[in-house]
Amino acid sequence: MLIRLLALIHKEFLALLKDPRSRMVLIVPPMIQLLVFGYAATFDLKDISYALYNEDRGAASRELVAAFDGAPAFHRVATLHAEGEVAPLVDKRAVLVVLRIGPRFSADLQSRGSASVQVIVDGRNSNTALIALNYVRAIVDGFNREWIAAHGLPAPPARLETRAWFNPNLESRWFFIPGIIGMLTLVTTMLVTALTVAREREQGTFDQLLVTPLRPGEILLGKALPGFIVGMVQGTAILLIATLWFKVPLLGSLPALYAGLALFLLSGVGAGLLISSLAVTQQQGLLGAFLFMVPAVILSGFATPIANMPTVVQTITLIDPLRYFLVILRKVFLEGAGFDVLMGQFWPMAVIGGVSLILASWLFRHRLY
Amino acid sequence: MDAASILEAVDLARSFASGHQRTQALDGVSFAIRPGVVTGLIGPDGAGKTTLMRLAAGLLVPDAGSIRALGLDSTRESLAVQAALGYMPQRFGLYEDLSVQENLDLYADLQGVPHTARAERYAELMHMTGLGPFTRRLAGRLSGGMKQKLGLACTLMRAPRLLLLDEPTVGVDPVSRRELWSIVDRLVKNEGMSVLLSTAYLDEAERCQAVILLDRGKILDQGPPATISARMTGRTWAVRVAGKRPRDLQATLTGQAGVVDALVQGDHVRLVTQTADDPAQLTGLPGLQDAHIDAVPPRFEDGFIDLLHTRNDPTAAPHGVPRVDALPQRTGADDAPVIQVDGLRRRFGSFWAVDGISFDVRRGEIFGLLGANGAGKSTTFRMLCGLLPASAGSLRVAGLDLRHAASTARGRIGYMSQKFSLYGNLSVAQNLDFFASAYGLTGTRREARRDWALTEFELSPYAERLSADLSLGYKQRLAMACALMHQPEILFLDEPTSGVDPLARREFWLRINALARAGVTVLVTTHFMEEAEYCDRLAIMAAGRILAMDEPAAIKAGARTPEQPEPSMEDAFIRLVEAADAAKEAA
Amino acid sequence: MSATQKPSLRGGGLMRLKGLVRKEFLQIVRDPSSIAIAFVMPIFLLVLFGYGVSLDADHVPVALVAEAPSPDTADFFASLESSHYFAPLHARTLAAAEQALREGRVNAIVHLRANFAEQLRRSDGAPIQVIVNGVDANTARLTQGYIEGAWGNWLARRTASQGQELATPVQLEQRVWFNSELRSRNYLVPGLVAIIMTLIGTLLTALVMAREWERGTLEALLVTPASMTEILLGKIIAYFVLGTGGMLLTVGLAVGLFEVPLRGAFWLLWACASLFLLAALGMGLAISAVARNQFVAGQVAIIGTFLPAFLLSGFIFDIDSMPTVVQGITHVIVARYFVSIVQTLFLAGDVWSVVLPNAFALLLMAAIFLGITWRKSRKRLE
Repeated sequence: MLIRLLALIHKEFLALLKDPRSRMVLIVPPMIQLLVFGYAATFDLKDISYALYNEDRGAASRELVAAFDGAPAFHRVATLHAEGEVAPLVDKRAVLVVLRIGPRFSADLQSRGSASVQVIVDGRNSNTALIALNYVRAIVDGFNREWIAAHGLPAPPARLETRAWFNPNLESRWFFIPGIIGMLTLVTTMLVTALTVAREREQGTFDQLLVTPLRPGEILLGKALPGFIVGMVQGTAILLIATLWFKVPLLGSLPALYAGLALFLLSGVGAGLLISSLAVTQQQGLLGAFLFMVPAVILSGFATPIANMPTVVQTITLIDPLRYFLVILRKVFLEGAGFDVLMGQFWPMAVIGGVSLILASWLFRHRLY
Repeated sequence: MDAASILEAVDLARSFASGHQRTQALDGVSFAIRPGVVTGLIGPDGAGKTTLMRLAAGLLVPDAGSIRALGLDSTRESLAVQAALGYMPQRFGLYEDLSVQENLDLYADLQGVPHTARAERYAELMHMTGLGPFTRRLAGRLSGGMKQKLGLACTLMRAPRLLLLDEPTVGVDPVSRRELWSIVDRLVKNEGMSVLLSTAYLDEAERCQAVILLDRGKILDQGPPATISARMTGRTWAVRVAGKRPRDLQATLTGQAGVVDALVQGDHVRLVTQTADDPAQLTGLPGLQDAHIDAVPPRFEDGFIDLLHTRNDPTAAPHGVPRVDALPQRTGADDAPVIQVDGLRRRFGSFWAVDGISFDVRRGEIFGLLGANGAGKSTTFRMLCGLLPASAGSLRVAGLDLRHAASTARGRIGYMSQKFSLYGNLSVAQNLDFFASAYGLTGTRREARRDWALTEFELSPYAERLSADLSLGYKQRLAMACALMHQPEILFLDEPTSGVDPLARREFWLRINALARAGVTVLVTTHFMEEAEYCDRLAIMAAGRILAMDEPAAIKAGARTPEQPEPSMEDAFIRLVEAADAAKEAA
Repeated sequence: MSATQKPSLRGGGLMRLKGLVRKEFLQIVRDPSSIAIAFVMPIFLLVLFGYGVSLDADHVPVALVAEAPSPDTADFFASLESSHYFAPLHARTLAAAEQALREGRVNAIVHLRANFAEQLRRSDGAPIQVIVNGVDANTARLTQGYIEGAWGNWLARRTASQGQELATPVQLEQRVWFNSELRSRNYLVPGLVAIIMTLIGTLLTALVMAREWERGTLEALLVTPASMTEILLGKIIAYFVLGTGGMLLTVGLAVGLFEVPLRGAFWLLWACASLFLLAALGMGLAISAVARNQFVAGQVAIIGTFLPAFLLSGFIFDIDSMPTVVQGITHVIVARYFVSIVQTLFLAGDVWSVVLPNAFALLLMAAIFLGITWRKSRKRLE
């Protein structure tokens, strides 16, 4: 029994790694993708291009402009002299923000103690717009505080003192990199599993397997373990890159993280094999892989929080294994969680994995084609 | 050169890289083909037949030499050549998800047949191929023979002057084979077409006006087939020994000095000797002391086999009888049926692929299922192996239904499918190791079996080669070796010789015979009529039913008529199928 | 092509092309999976994502802790309780609130110390302690922004009721162009159109050439007078029409179901989408022609299409904020150009200065991919 199983696993590995093109596809892209995506996936704006349209010649406006120019995130790309120059610049996405200071700004500020500045933001990407507005507001708030202190104006009766736990500088990369680990692991398990049974069916070798003494359960294990092992090895490599290269703090329990990874691989491999054994052709297998993978990523809470989704969609996310794994990754990495906190995430993945694997092995013998 | 030739090659050479090795597919081939005749391109697997066809059609570029078709250079003027000749590849690329009519329309468009001329051309082609009633059927639902006829119709869309057919009759049942040949003959006679046809069926060579014999990239001989068989005059015999089964006699004779070929033919063995002997001298051979020996006229096949033997190694004796190890285990009484099938039926949708068949197979028997494509052979086969559930009826293999049997029961059978399903991206040795382990062999025993397989099937030189890169004949050997790694007591073979050349088929059947003598039960499906003669008993199937079941000689005897006192197996088969069709129409 | 060699072949070109296109269509109709990719997948994905993807947080759970409840604390909390941005949860002690934060039951804590009322009346003012869960930095920032908003409202109301004026020297007057309510769906849905079209275009064609190689149908086509260009063109035309159907469907859903305004000209969107489709189909064909093997082609399609288009196209993440090297990489992502075009055409209108360069880039990508396909599919077998 063990011999047969080992032979099957050995064969699957050979089939997977023997072809240099396959080997390339399996090993290189996830590493490159983590590096590229790790840098790409951030909501922190580093280079907000803005245009200044300053009609005021007073000292106050110069001070305000200096505050913007001194902010590392802002980068002035144009200085405008006419109203008509604003729209074309924003339209063609040359600038994200236009800061417009009216002709009476300094005068109003001196005489009435208050003046307004106009900020125009390109809202085509509303999230970027919102973040840019926050940055602008922070600079203006800072300017105000200094102005109040310098001119002896009354301070507000209460002030906010904000602290962020787990991620004090609100680095969004710390949030996304664990998410990317989950996504890449999912993609790999799909790669290894989603087409394998369909390919053997197309080539006729699956019949050959079914007439050997191998039991469906053994065939299932033989097909599942390579995906599992590849996923483990690759997951480890990605974890190393995340902690050593991107310096994402890993505070929690490593065993809990690996337990999560194992259960996630179980559910991912299960889903992949289920797709594969349902498919008669590789074309169908590929389609199935996408129909599973794309929603699994979008609904996992990777970029957009599950809490923001409508209730019905939130219910659908309950069968998405990536959802649970992302929670585990983030909690272990950033919040320092251990087994006790994560139990609620472990068992649903085990159930998803178990059910899909059982269905897949039943289909091996009963899917007629 | 010969101005009248329609296809001529001069010193044509072409090699392919496979892994680290280079294979010389064609090596200095020169020939010229006369117009208006059928020329056969004959050769074993891997001889370079397909490469030659592809070079002629301008699909490949030669390493050296040149090939001209219809006065055009195939390499440099490939588009013009492709527009002028018709080429039907071995696996003709019919779109299986398109209907017959849609395939015809596509090729009519591609060949630029004017719309006004189409109705007439379609009618001609449909009449010629007999596909008229099936124009709306999807090509994927046609039988193998009908697919080939449709492929031919598509190729003939514009009545080319030169037609290249690459193994058009592989995987085609005898009835369709006859029809294909009559189409080709008519094309040559009525339309003056020239045909180059490659085949591995040697009886077809005799239907050609000229043949080119190709082996390992070199031309062995060319000329009319009669001159090749004429050399064998006085060297061919029919041998009978009272009280000895032809199969055993064949085993004794094969590999003896002076014997070129020994072949079972119904109740006698056909013997080909190296020299023209006196029958009296033959009795000196072992086993022939009290033989009854008749001289028989030579066939093309005899000449071909003789040429191959001479070329391979004139001094060496032909292959001996393969070594087959004793069976490791036996279950049940010796005379009990090993396979029992009773009222077996299988439905696909509203169509009964297998419609109530019953038969028994005894231990050590070679039982053949013979039938046209779509007769239900493969469905029956898949049910017996437990790959497909039966809709009704009962079946027992070694007392068990394999679909529900414990996995150990499956360890007692060996299975070889018609596609030679191996892992193409694994090497030969890796395939052998995998199947050995899948059947639970370990350690030294596995190594011993692997060594046995590599030696016995002469696979050692290819042990590290990817199995996808092997020629068809070697794939078949490997598939057979994989099925025998665990020394099964029952062997299921689904069209095991489809597309394989005559030498490989001979070797294959010697092995099967040896296995049967050692007590292995063999169930084999085939549509080679000559192979039916090697079976102990056979069932002829059509439309999901068994038309006749008996020993080969008895089945042939049943087809005896005054006009045809000595019917061949093919005659008997066609008569049975036609009778069944007539009965169906009458009903 | 050998049109010069054999002029008689030229006239048949159109007939051959028509034949090839019809063949592709028939195959599409017979294979339900192509139809599923072109029509079912867009509906499924767009509906799922259109509803599922939103960055706008509502009802953020916040723990409110007042160590010494008083009318002042109640007054401040009221400003949070009345906002639909919050789902407040009152905690008795800071420790209890922190536990709730750790367990993920709340995203933030607003903590008022025992001496809040007293400090409120002192000149340096009272500190209000806010703790946010920083794991999801974006949500944390949003939450922080909402709390600041509530705090600002409360300050204005309080100073006004006391007859004083709040000192805010510079007031920000913000104008968000193109999407004034900052509805994230308005930008996500057009982006999704681009992502979905990438998947459709690539998936439709990724396996078709490989399949013809594997099944041996290509060899039969190759010996007919049809040129490789015609064979490829036949495929492109058929899948182009199919993909256009899918595109119309997604655009229709975006406008009809998700009420995203389409401010640009429809014909321009159509034209750009066609270019994009050509590039996506070209990518699929190129994968297929290079791999010649369905398994490898499938693997490349899984790796090379979805995640890069999702993360590197500017659909969610701002390309300008990426490091220069990564920005360079985004230039090979076809979806990047189309995302920029659709966001502009939907929300801003016909801005030629955005559309033209991106459309040119799409044209270039299409030419490159189709060129690769063409080169890899010469009319020979080796």
